[in-house]
Amino acid sequence: MSVQPLTEADAHGWLYWQVSDAIVLTGRALRHIPRNPELLVYSAIQPVMFVVLFRYVLGGAIKLPPGVSYVNYLMAGVFVNTVAFGSFTTGVGLAEDLQRGLIDRFRSLPMSRAAVLIGRTLSDLVRNFFTGAIMFGVGILVGFNPTGGPLEIVAAVGLLLLLGFAFSWIGATIGLAVRNVEAVQSAGLIWIFPLVFASSAFVPTTGMPAGLRAFANNQPITHITNAVRGWFLGTPVHSNGWLGLVWGLGILVVFVPLSVSVYRHATGKS
Amino acid sequence: MAAEHARPAILAEGLIKRFGKTVALDGLDLEVAAGTVLGLLGPNGAGKTTAVRIFTTLLAPDGGRAEVVGLDCVRQANALRAKIGLAGQYAAVDELLTGRENLEMVGRLYRMGRASARSRALELLERFGLMEAANRTAKTYSGGMRRRLDLAASLIATPPVLFLDEPTTGLDPQSRLSMWELIGELRAGGTTLLLTTQYLEEADYLADLIAVIDHGRTIALGTADELKRDVGGERIELTLARGSDMELGARTLAGHVDGSVRVDAEARRLSAAAADGARRLADVVRDFDAVSIGLDDIAVRRPTLDDVFLALTGHAAEEDEEIAA
Repeated sequence: MSVQPLTEADAHGWLYWQVSDAIVLTGRALRHIPRNPELLVYSAIQPVMFVVLFRYVLGGAIKLPPGVSYVNYLMAGVFVNTVAFGSFTTGVGLAEDLQRGLIDRFRSLPMSRAAVLIGRTLSDLVRNFFTGAIMFGVGILVGFNPTGGPLEIVAAVGLLLLLGFAFSWIGATIGLAVRNVEAVQSAGLIWIFPLVFASSAFVPTTGMPAGLRAFANNQPITHITNAVRGWFLGTPVHSNGWLGLVWGLGILVVFVPLSVSVYRHATGKS
Repeated sequence: MAAEHARPAILAEGLIKRFGKTVALDGLDLEVAAGTVLGLLGPNGAGKTTAVRIFTTLLAPDGGRAEVVGLDCVRQANALRAKIGLAGQYAAVDELLTGRENLEMVGRLYRMGRASARSRALELLERFGLMEAANRTAKTYSGGMRRRLDLAASLIATPPVLFLDEPTTGLDPQSRLSMWELIGELRAGGTTLLLTTQYLEEADYLADLIAVIDHGRTIALGTADELKRDVGGERIELTLARGSDMELGARTLAGHVDGSVRVDAEARRLSAAAADGARRLADVVRDFDAVSIGLDDIAVRRPTLDDVFLALTGHAAEEDEEIAA
């Protein structure tokens, strides 16, 4: 008698197993969150520092349009900054999976090629939501006063989560390509820092030199920050809302297939 | 059933893999019948891990053909993955999941039903002595426990072909023995096994068939006994008393043996091939007496895979000094 594998692969169709694999791996990554509370704490420390520094140290020196308090201006930037840097976690997590040989195991299984990435990005979405909620509380403590209506607040939170999710897929691509945890962290700083600072996240772009301002006014972080800010404060968002949405979806259209293709060939060690 | 037997469980034909300028596999040939334990034996960098990675669909070869249970490792990769298990050099377990969660996860990814993944996980935890640690995160496991969990994960769906890449590297002697026992049970169960190892004794003990590979090619294929026979007959092995002149000893022994004398200065050991060694012992002892070298131990033994390796590759698996006779 020959050995036969225990499998029910034929009992269901292709789509069923794609979804099943994604659920299994999302469950796996979600379990990581409470078992690694340090990560949640660390991912909240940097934005809390930013709130304090910008609110109390730099805030007084920043020129704003009349009628807006700096703390109300700042918080949208802090939220965007928080979810943007949240993409670190995705890249670092995948680089760790690679180094520990887990990706090799997954790639040797008859499973979906996207499930590992979906699991990581979805659980980081949940983590982003929690860090965002912590930041909201911190914001209220230092005087943040959102006056937008409930629908507008929901739109703001939705756009923030889309940004975090989209950036997670960029983080995933980098994590799989770079493969080394420390290098993933440096690589993350290199692309996220300029993007967040050369934007309207912390200061209005009007004070920037012409070339930089042209860049700042036309990149996703600015559109998304402006939209989130407008929705939280109940002021007009103009075209920033749909531009932010297009940017978020556009990043997903490019980076989801790209990261899956990098995953197909990723090995822990050659 | 007859056709099933005729088809090799694992097949490589002229397998080639390059990494930049390095040639990892240089026309590797292998053929393993179903139910066989093949030991892939070779020094570091011989291409063992690369071969395993091609068979388990992690790497695509640059040339040649690889098949497992009749499925092509490149074109039919996905169908093939359902039939294999892989346990690697480093235990690939999720440290933040418990032992039980790790196994159930891998079971589900093999497309097992929820209930059968659960019951099979418990069965394996029990069998691998991990029941008490089942609900602890793998982070708290010792190296040996992680390796057992990793092996259990590769077995969860009872794949007919199993690849074990250096399953005992880095384990303490006791964990190694328990690993050997588990592998022995798998062999008894009819699983086809390919295991790579740098340890000659391990291949000798576990494998039905041994492929010796060096520089990405198979340089010998046979049972341990066949390989030893090819190297020649018995060997005389002497351990000299502490403080003896090893070179004088080597010259003294050289007059009584067929090949060159191997000198292991650290162990104060001399060894050399000598057909009909037992009859020559008396003369050897007398001559060592004449040059006043004391002998701590004297033995005639059949060649080990160590000797096989040296004879085949021209270098020892572990570095030994060599003095020409």
